[in-house]
Amino acid sequence: MIADILILACLVIGLFFNTLGIVGLLRFPDVYTRMHATTKMTTFGSMFTALSVIIYGAALFLSSGDGQYVTLSVHALIAAVSLAFTNAVGSHAIARGAHKAGIKPSPAIVDRLEEYTP
Amino acid sequence: MIPFLLTFILALLLYLLLTAGSGSMLLWSPSELVAGIALSLLAAAVARNFLCRSGSFRMANPLRLLLIPLYLLGPFLLEVTKANLDVAYRVITGNIRPGIIRVQSGLKTDLGIFMLANSITLTPGTITVDIDEKSHDLYVHNINIPDGWEGRSGVEDRELFSIANLPAWIRRIAE
Amino acid sequence: MIDPWYIAVCILVILVCLALIRLFLGPTAADRAVAVDTVNTLSVAALVLLGVAYQQIIFIDVAIVYALLSFVSTLYIAKYLGGEL
Repeated sequence: MIADILILACLVIGLFFNTLGIVGLLRFPDVYTRMHATTKMTTFGSMFTALSVIIYGAALFLSSGDGQYVTLSVHALIAAVSLAFTNAVGSHAIARGAHKAGIKPSPAIVDRLEEYTP
Repeated sequence: MIPFLLTFILALLLYLLLTAGSGSMLLWSPSELVAGIALSLLAAAVARNFLCRSGSFRMANPLRLLLIPLYLLGPFLLEVTKANLDVAYRVITGNIRPGIIRVQSGLKTDLGIFMLANSITLTPGTITVDIDEKSHDLYVHNINIPDGWEGRSGVEDRELFSIANLPAWIRRIAE
Repeated sequence: MIDPWYIAVCILVILVCLALIRLFLGPTAADRAVAVDTVNTLSVAALVLLGVAYQQIIFIDVAIVYALLSFVSTLYIAKYLGGEL
């Protein structure tokens, strides 16, 4: 019963953050600010939806003792961790590539990378 | 010999994690254990030169490895939650002040720079855009630059985080 | 009562369709790369939820492999954008 409420709460929080991430992707003015919305918020939201799967597996394992629910939880955990790492590194790579391709941050107060020459 | 052993242990742990819950012997079935040991030996023989390329074994210390989950579940989770609420507020109101600033880190090892760059990307309204390979400074895109930062040539890394001092944790783990 | 997992997957699919709008509009190539990255993340989340909805653990294994492979493709797109390939 408590597990059901926790699962629903995690799903709602995750979908809320995912929705806001997509709204940010459609709404923000340039590449870098869009990347803020998608990288942080969709990663956080997807980790919450994976957390609901982990709670589901753990609750069923505690009530039934079947080993396959442990597999479900552990695999969902591995998926969430790999998602967090790959998203962070991938967004850094896209930002670096975009700046090398000459895309400037269009509304920008200051751009220190402009002055840097390797 | 030591790189071979470390790669073997890491591969075996990953295999055991992926096959947990398959049988009766403490969650694992005997055939899975035998297959895991054989495959880990093979993987260690092939890939022993890739894992410990720097030749320094300080990350094999179990205390440092224990600090990583503590770091991820404690201060890091707090910062991530706060950053997401902040970006959610900015998505809804559209109140942004973006720009790229230079952040001085003072970290020396590759793992430390990696952890700091990823922490910055996932936490407070910032994305790492580029890294100066010589001085190990980071170029960080900030979605909301505080007043007065646009005139400064470099910002200390701990000024980016408001709740916990994440760079000090990373220094304790990786240096 | 309809299963909450199916509703969640439906909402994620709608979000993927909204991200495809940015993929279609995006003024620069980097915008499109960001949109593709977002679609990959949402697909992984949807696959994990589908694994529970259909009671098939193999879906979650597919999600792990998809996350790692899409990471490699993202890195290659980023290298190509930066002109280092």
